[in-house]
Amino acid sequence: MSTKTQRMRTPLGRVRGHGAAGSGTTHFWHQRLTAVSNVVLTIGMIVVCISLLGRNHAYVVQILGSPLVAILVMLFIVSAVYHMRLGMQVIIEDYVHDDLPKIACLMATTFFCFAIAFASLFAILKLLSGV
Amino acid sequence: MVQLTLPKNSKMTEGKVWPKLSGSVETREFRVYRWNPDDGANPRIDTYHVDTADCGPMVLDALIWIKTKVDASLTFRRSCREGICGSCSMNIDGVNTLACTRGMDEVDGTVKIYPLPHLQVIKDLVPDLSNFYAQHASIEPFLKTTTPAPEKEWRQSHEDRTKLDGLYECILCACCSTSCPSYWWNDDRYLGPAALLQAERWIVDSRDEATGERLDNLEDPFRLYRCHTIMNCAKACPKGLNPAKAIADIKKALVERQV
Repeated sequence: MSTKTQRMRTPLGRVRGHGAAGSGTTHFWHQRLTAVSNVVLTIGMIVVCISLLGRNHAYVVQILGSPLVAILVMLFIVSAVYHMRLGMQVIIEDYVHDDLPKIACLMATTFFCFAIAFASLFAILKLLSGV
Repeated sequence: MVQLTLPKNSKMTEGKVWPKLSGSVETREFRVYRWNPDDGANPRIDTYHVDTADCGPMVLDALIWIKTKVDASLTFRRSCREGICGSCSMNIDGVNTLACTRGMDEVDGTVKIYPLPHLQVIKDLVPDLSNFYAQHASIEPFLKTTTPAPEKEWRQSHEDRTKLDGLYECILCACCSTSCPSYWWNDDRYLGPAALLQAERWIVDSRDEATGERLDNLEDPFRLYRCHTIMNCAKACPKGLNPAKAIADIKKALVERQV
C-alpha cells in the first residue's frame, strides 16, 4: 500500500483487491491430513530408531532394507516433507511480504523439500535393492 | 518483511505530568498515550491523577473526568457508555477492551491506556478504522436473496435462529482484530476475526440464499486462511464472543463442500 496509486484507492477497493484466489482449502486440508498421518508414522519411526540403537551397520542395513520397514520409512519421508513444505509456505506468507523475496523463499523451500525427499527415498531404495 | 521495531517518529517519549487537582480525595494514577498530528512531535505518555471519589467507577468515567476537569485536549471516542456502541475500544492495562465496561478496580496499580494496537493513529486514543470497516463491508453484511421478498417477513425456525447466537452480538469495536498477530502482519489481505465472525453470521443464516457465493469470496489463502487459531480474538472480545470458533466453522464448511 505504499505507492501513491494504492493510497488513493478507496479502502473497499483495496480490500477487494484482485478478489478471492479460490484456493487455500486444499492446502488447509492436506496440512491436517499429513498432521494425522505424521502422528502414526512418527511413532513407527521412533520404534524403528529405538530398535536400531547400538546395533552394527550390517544390522541397520538389513532392517532398513526389509520391505515393511522400508515402506514405513518412505511413507514417513513423504508425509513429513510434504507437511514441512506446507507449513513453511504458511510461515513465509505470514512474514515475507515483498514479492521478490517471497517468491525466492517459496522456490527455495520447494527445491529444498524435493531434494531432501528424493535423497532420502533414494537412500532407502538403495538399501532395499541391496546394491 | 515484518517490522519488529517502531519507526523513529513513533518512538514514545515521557510526556507531561499533570498535577493533582487541589481538594482531591482518593487519586489514581493514569498514564495515557498522547499524539497530536499537528505538532510534529513524537507520541508521549502523559500522567494524570484522577480523583476516584469524584468520578464513576469505569475507565471511561475517568477519561471523561480528565477531559472535563484537567485536560480538554485529550481525544478519544465514546458514545453509549454501556458496551453496545463499540466506540471506546482501546488498550487498557495491556488488553484490548471497552473503556466503558472495564472497571478501574479490575486494573492493578497505574492504569495504562494506549490506542488499539497496529492501527494508524488519528489523534491520541483515536485510531483509523477505515480499513477495518471496509473489510466488514467486503463480506456484504446483509441478507442476500434471489427469491422475491415475501409479503411479510422471511421466516426462520427457532432452531435456525439460535445458530445466530454468539455471532449477531458483535459490536464491531475492533478489539479482536487488533489483538490478532496475524492481522498485525497482514491487515491488508487478511480480513481479521471481526469481519470473519460477521461473515459466518450471514453464512449460517437460514434465510440467506448466497451461502456458496459468500464461501467463494472467503476461499483465499490470505482472506481466511491467515487465521492460525491463536485465540487472542476470543480472549480480547469484550462481549465474550468467540471469533476463532466462527472462523473454524467457515473452514469446516469449505472443507465439507470439497471433501
